[in-house]
Amino acid sequence: MSSKSFPRLLIVLDILAAVFLLTAMWMALAYAPREIEMGDVQRVFYFHVATAWTGMLGYLLAVFTSIAFLRTRKLIWDVASLAGVEIGLVFTALCVVSGSIWARPIWNTWWTWDPRLTTAFIMELIYAAYLFLRRGVEDPDQRGRLSAVYAIVGFITVPLTFLSIRIFRTIHPVIIGSAASAGAGSFEMSTRMSQTFFFSLFTFTILFTAFYWHRLRLGLLQQQVEALEFQQAQEENE
Amino acid sequence: MSYLSALIEIFRKDLAAERRSREMLSSMLVFALLSVILFVFSFELSADLQKVTFAGTLWVSLCFAGTLGLTRSFSLERENNALAALLMSPIDRSAICFGKALANWFFMLLLAAILVPAAAFFFNLDPFHWALLGVILLGTLGYSLVGTFLAAITSRLRNRELYLPLLLFPLIIPLLLAAIRATGALLNGGAAGELGTWLLLLAGYDILFMAVGLLLFETVIAD
Repeated sequence: MSSKSFPRLLIVLDILAAVFLLTAMWMALAYAPREIEMGDVQRVFYFHVATAWTGMLGYLLAVFTSIAFLRTRKLIWDVASLAGVEIGLVFTALCVVSGSIWARPIWNTWWTWDPRLTTAFIMELIYAAYLFLRRGVEDPDQRGRLSAVYAIVGFITVPLTFLSIRIFRTIHPVIIGSAASAGAGSFEMSTRMSQTFFFSLFTFTILFTAFYWHRLRLGLLQQQVEALEFQQAQEENE
Repeated sequence: MSYLSALIEIFRKDLAAERRSREMLSSMLVFALLSVILFVFSFELSADLQKVTFAGTLWVSLCFAGTLGLTRSFSLERENNALAALLMSPIDRSAICFGKALANWFFMLLLAAILVPAAAFFFNLDPFHWALLGVILLGTLGYSLVGTFLAAITSRLRNRELYLPLLLFPLIIPLLLAAIRATGALLNGGAAGELGTWLLLLAGYDILFMAVGLLLFETVIAD
């Protein structure tokens, strides 16, 4: 990847992401009908699910790129998994906050220890620990190895965490899938609602791609700076 | 040297190191007792509340105190570069992981052997259930496996004492939850099926981290 010139496709992607985001906002706020029982607060749902998806996508990519790093030991994969984790953290945080805003009127509480909420929160903690871990290692290869192992091991505990909390009981609504109307706040989507819903998912995927690309470029540039600094230090020593 | 005898040698080496210094187990025990007392005071427990909070207090105290032993497990090897010697020895790397995990498990069991009756004494409960032994065996095994693995990771970091709890605690939440619920179900007479579910979860967690140690320890410890 050429890092000097700004890739044209990335600029296009940025503009697309901005336009789509504005459109998705209009759709969520105006185009989609008001939900009968919950009222306007239900509109948070479109971005809530979209951020949940992109947050998960970030973590998933981080795991796959970590595996790729352990296999190839190419530092680009390490940069990629860091990008996945960082973006995953931001989107998951947005997802938790937007969910909280919805839960206050619907569940009558900002927060409950439901499996999804708790698991999302624990994943934030796992991947925050991942960032701390990275700061503790200087050698790039070792940093890549240790953080890749932690990203993978952290991720495989997530289903167990979810399962263990699930065994208690859940009140989180399931909108898509067979187990619909499980908890308070379930509803059926009308055509306009599902159009808005899928458009939001699409928009956030584009947004995610743009972020991911930017972060990758930044990571690679950072790496070049580090290499140059290292080279200079060596020349000064000679 | 066979895999198993290598593993047992590592286990005996760690035990011998502790037998000579006797620093770690005693500090773990005192820390765990302190933690129990802090819980008691922070909740100002009435008799029926004690019954409910006992399991949580017990397991969280065990896990807090356990980090002392885990950190030491690898920091000892760092001194005098003993780890390099260990890595040079012609044994499978994962045998080092499991030998150390076995030693840490042994320390956790010793700790539990004192802490469980002591905490039960403070909480006015009868801890002598056969099934509780199973919960403690499975719970501390999982804790030692994941803890040893993560201690190997943090031993490579600057400020390793700082990072171990940070990396460890988010990963042991399912283990902790299962152990606490199983203990609670036993002491408060929960449904029999509930205990079985939690034991199964504990066993699954243990097996998962055996596989992790087997597959990934080499990557963590290699230079």
